[in-house]
Amino acid sequence: MGPLDRSAAALARAVSARELTASEVAEAMLTRVGERNPALGAYLSVTAEHARAAARRVDERIAAGESLPLAGVPLAVKDNMCLAGTRTTAASRILEGWIAPYTATAVQRCLDAGAIPIGKANLDEFAMGSSCENSALGITRNPWDQTRVPGGSSGGSVAAVAGGLATIGLGSDTGGSIREPAAFCGVVGFKPTYGRVSRYGLIAFASSLDQIGPIARTVEDAALVYDAMAGKDPADATSLDLAVEATAGFDRDDLRGVRIGIVAEFDLARLEDDVAAVYRAAYADLARLGAELVDVSLPTADYGLATYYLIAPAECSSNLARFDGVRYGLRVEGDDVGAMYEATRAAGFGPEVKRRILIGTHALSSGYYDAYYVRAQKARTLIANDFARAFERCDAIASPAAASPAFPFNAKSDPYSMYLMDYYTIPMSLAGLPALSVPCGYVTPPGSAHPLPLGLALTTPLFAERSLLSFAHVYERGTMHAERYAPPVLTEVPG
Amino acid sequence: MSSTNIDIRHVAKLARLALSDDEVALYGAQLENLLVHVAELEKLPTADVVATAQVIPSRNVERDDVNTPSLPRALVLAGAPQAEGVYFRVPRIIAEEG
Amino acid sequence: MNADGSASKYEAVIGIECHVELRTASKMFCGCRNVFGAEPNTNVCPVCLGMPGALPVPNRRAIEHLVRAGLAFGCAIPAFSKFDRKNYFYPDMPKDYQISQYDMPLAQGGVVSYFLADGTKGMCRLTRIHLEEDTGKSTHGGSGDGRIAGSSYSLIDFNRAGVPLMECVSEPDIRSAEEAVAYLETLKRTFVALGVSDVKMEEGSLRCDANVSIRLRGNTELGTKTEIKNMNSFRSVGRAIESEIARQIALLEAGTRIVQETRGWDEAGGVTHSMRSKEQAHDYRYFPDPDLAPIEFAPAALGGLRGDSEVLPQRRIERYVEADGLSIVQAQQLVDAPGVADYFDDVVARTHKPQASANFVLGECSRLANETQVPVAHSKLGAGALAELVTLVEARAITSKVAKSVLERVWRDGGSPKAIVESEGLGAVSDPNALATLVTDVLAAHAKSVDDYRAGKGAALQFLVGQAMKASRGKADPSVVEGLLRERLAAP
Ligand SMILES: [Mg+2]
Ligand SMILES: [Zn+2]
Repeated sequence: MGPLDRSAAALARAVSARELTASEVAEAMLTRVGERNPALGAYLSVTAEHARAAARRVDERIAAGESLPLAGVPLAVKDNMCLAGTRTTAASRILEGWIAPYTATAVQRCLDAGAIPIGKANLDEFAMGSSCENSALGITRNPWDQTRVPGGSSGGSVAAVAGGLATIGLGSDTGGSIREPAAFCGVVGFKPTYGRVSRYGLIAFASSLDQIGPIARTVEDAALVYDAMAGKDPADATSLDLAVEATAGFDRDDLRGVRIGIVAEFDLARLEDDVAAVYRAAYADLARLGAELVDVSLPTADYGLATYYLIAPAECSSNLARFDGVRYGLRVEGDDVGAMYEATRAAGFGPEVKRRILIGTHALSSGYYDAYYVRAQKARTLIANDFARAFERCDAIASPAAASPAFPFNAKSDPYSMYLMDYYTIPMSLAGLPALSVPCGYVTPPGSAHPLPLGLALTTPLFAERSLLSFAHVYERGTMHAERYAPPVLTEVPG
Repeated sequence: MSSTNIDIRHVAKLARLALSDDEVALYGAQLENLLVHVAELEKLPTADVVATAQVIPSRNVERDDVNTPSLPRALVLAGAPQAEGVYFRVPRIIAEEG
Repeated sequence: MNADGSASKYEAVIGIECHVELRTASKMFCGCRNVFGAEPNTNVCPVCLGMPGALPVPNRRAIEHLVRAGLAFGCAIPAFSKFDRKNYFYPDMPKDYQISQYDMPLAQGGVVSYFLADGTKGMCRLTRIHLEEDTGKSTHGGSGDGRIAGSSYSLIDFNRAGVPLMECVSEPDIRSAEEAVAYLETLKRTFVALGVSDVKMEEGSLRCDANVSIRLRGNTELGTKTEIKNMNSFRSVGRAIESEIARQIALLEAGTRIVQETRGWDEAGGVTHSMRSKEQAHDYRYFPDPDLAPIEFAPAALGGLRGDSEVLPQRRIERYVEADGLSIVQAQQLVDAPGVADYFDDVVARTHKPQASANFVLGECSRLANETQVPVAHSKLGAGALAELVTLVEARAITSKVAKSVLERVWRDGGSPKAIVESEGLGAVSDPNALATLVTDVLAAHAKSVDDYRAGKGAALQFLVGQAMKASRGKADPSVVEGLLRERLAAP
């Protein structure tokens, strides 16, 4: 296995041991990205100069005797995170051409740990979507089947990691935007507890829900990235001021003594038979690995979508007001400032962003605020309470990360059918819980030439990242799903 | 819920989005459909429930009153759609004065 | 106001909203400098420019400043308070929402009291004081006069964007323009004394709007109100309100309805004029800012912010007027000069003579402070030294003339007035025998004045007293000298 396909942990060890240099890794990865990215579309922009400069710094630090947990590890940064001196677009026309003058805390912490920023990865515009099709700036294809979506909104970061164009990626998850694409692309996607990772420099979608998290090919790699990023940031007043336990370095070999809750309301019978079978097998594997499966109930889980589609748009309508053509980004001239605003925003935002701004503005507007926004906030309380009750009976919850494997482009033309893609991930987001998706099997839908991965979602109580990752690590080692198939892009394309 | 009707033009005005007639029709229908789904929330017993603004409550997260470096003006103005001298420039602001 | 006396039929009902910039090193939510008059667009960063991804973190000192101000007026500081977003678009507001406080302000209730010129005491209840961020500043081009009306473009400086601002909203308790100004003066004095703001209207660090309505005296219902803006000095607040009251009275007397609207004050023209009323009311879509944690104040934390209420300006003014018998103007002057009231209190604590002490502090001391550009509290004339001097004068142990020159010396060089008087023999001479020779000499030297006096020119006496004082190097007790002179002049 070449260095580009090693795990982050192995690569960082090799670079730290000076078996190879970060600069060599960076050059090799940039070459591969040059070959494969045009087809895959994972990156909106390749940050070659930043990558080379970062690699040089890593090599200097290693030469000076430092050891870095992510030394020389190629990183895909979702393009809603600022990296000083790079185009940062949120996949929106309204920010096309904007150069971020500062760096997001999470990105900076990864760079400090030795990561090499290869490029800015595609996403649904402003992270609003579940397929990456809402990007205004490019198409990202699923490495497993290029006629299918990679999922979203962190589709570019996930496709980069799955397609070998980065070893690790940063995504952001508001209602499932890390977990769902990770499931679609057969990688690990991890959303920490809300507030664990600083949002400073993450272009806000819904501030009370947005959370940055790692994307990786193994649970261990995800843990390494999380360990590098997590922890209080004075620049983000909502970042948690809690000690972060290191999660990498797992001490658990099985799941004996672990109670895993299966949610009664997530009825597998509603899924396609082959998909349901994969999830039943996954639950059985958890039991085989020693876990005690217990039935839990989330009576309000069905209200998650409605709650989310009020709270997230309401916050977004306010967060996206700043894109007004005055200080940065796109401006479409108008006779007066008001006309300029309206023309700029009409031209700069895509349809999904407009829909959410409209619904959110409506939900906050006079006469509707209590009926919509406040009621949704109360529903959010009930949903969080449901989880708290469920966790009295179990240590983690297992559930589908998505209702189906990756779907073909243009399969979801109606917005609501796209919203339903997040049915399984939204409740955890509303409750702020740490949750991840780990590969759990494959299905081959009619018309697909190749098996497509599915992801198992695991969720633990607030702040329990360490047990979450250790459970996932046991499951991953105990099932080895990722070893069964590789995305065709890795085997068919030379490089 | 009060209604599943949404006055798209009014909302678009508040949000400073110019919409074509086609967009008004399309988004109007799509958002009314969403509001039908959202109306499900009425079934939840929320009367005595505390609203959650932030899922993990914290208090008094503040900073000391100290100065940190500002951005260089040239960098800031270089990103502006239109600058004039040391200022950002915008088209005329419709005066409130009659 | 009106020749027909209609003014007395009506009473005005006035409420005032003012925005006060807080004095801090850094802005409300970022570390950029909070200073007036910097080069445009130099005190800006991702946060205060509302750049994508930037997040606010509140300035603790700004929060504490507001709480201090609230406590000074007896506001309740709720255990729980939060920041909300006020959503509207304006080009000098970077995020197109303002971080403000909607339904849970940091300070609620409270009372502002003040004296009016006729010596009566007034008070106005506060509704609330809340914390928010300022906007940038626009200058308008293409209209020739820098005004927004008729301009073809605007230029924006974001240095002021994000400066901490407290908004004080009063109840409609104010009944006259004079009262409105007195209310604002108490606010200003208090904020300055607390160090929470410079309150420089000319720099825009205090900006206020007034809501004005009138009603027939005796009525309790409120009339239709107008909101007056653009008043940029306390004087213009007074003039604007007066003019608006007169306008409203004239309308009602003419049987015309008053329209609820915003009116701008035209300083040059001395009138308010209608600003176009908005086609639709603003819908600010307030909601709790999800980027910020709520604020909680434990009673213990409040204790540290609650200063000594006895040294609050209005309390001092009341004490000086009601207990010490000073005039309102004197009391206000003592409080308004920085550090002077503390100094004065220190002097009075030693002399127990407030009026005499006030005369020195506001007279000689403030004259010297002006001349030497040294504040009273920092001069070499300590409170103890001035107290010695006041005591000597009050005991008639020195003349005021000597007191003045000793004061000047001590101001410059320091030292004890009492010791100087003793060592240099500057004590007042009031023994008629000791002054007899001196009086004789003066009369002999100024025969012409003697003749004038005897011819009926009373003023000649004062000249002779002056000459005698001069001859005594100021030490002679002027009343004793005058008595001796009268005696001798009356004799043939
Ligand atoms: Mg205000
Ligand atoms: Zn700033």
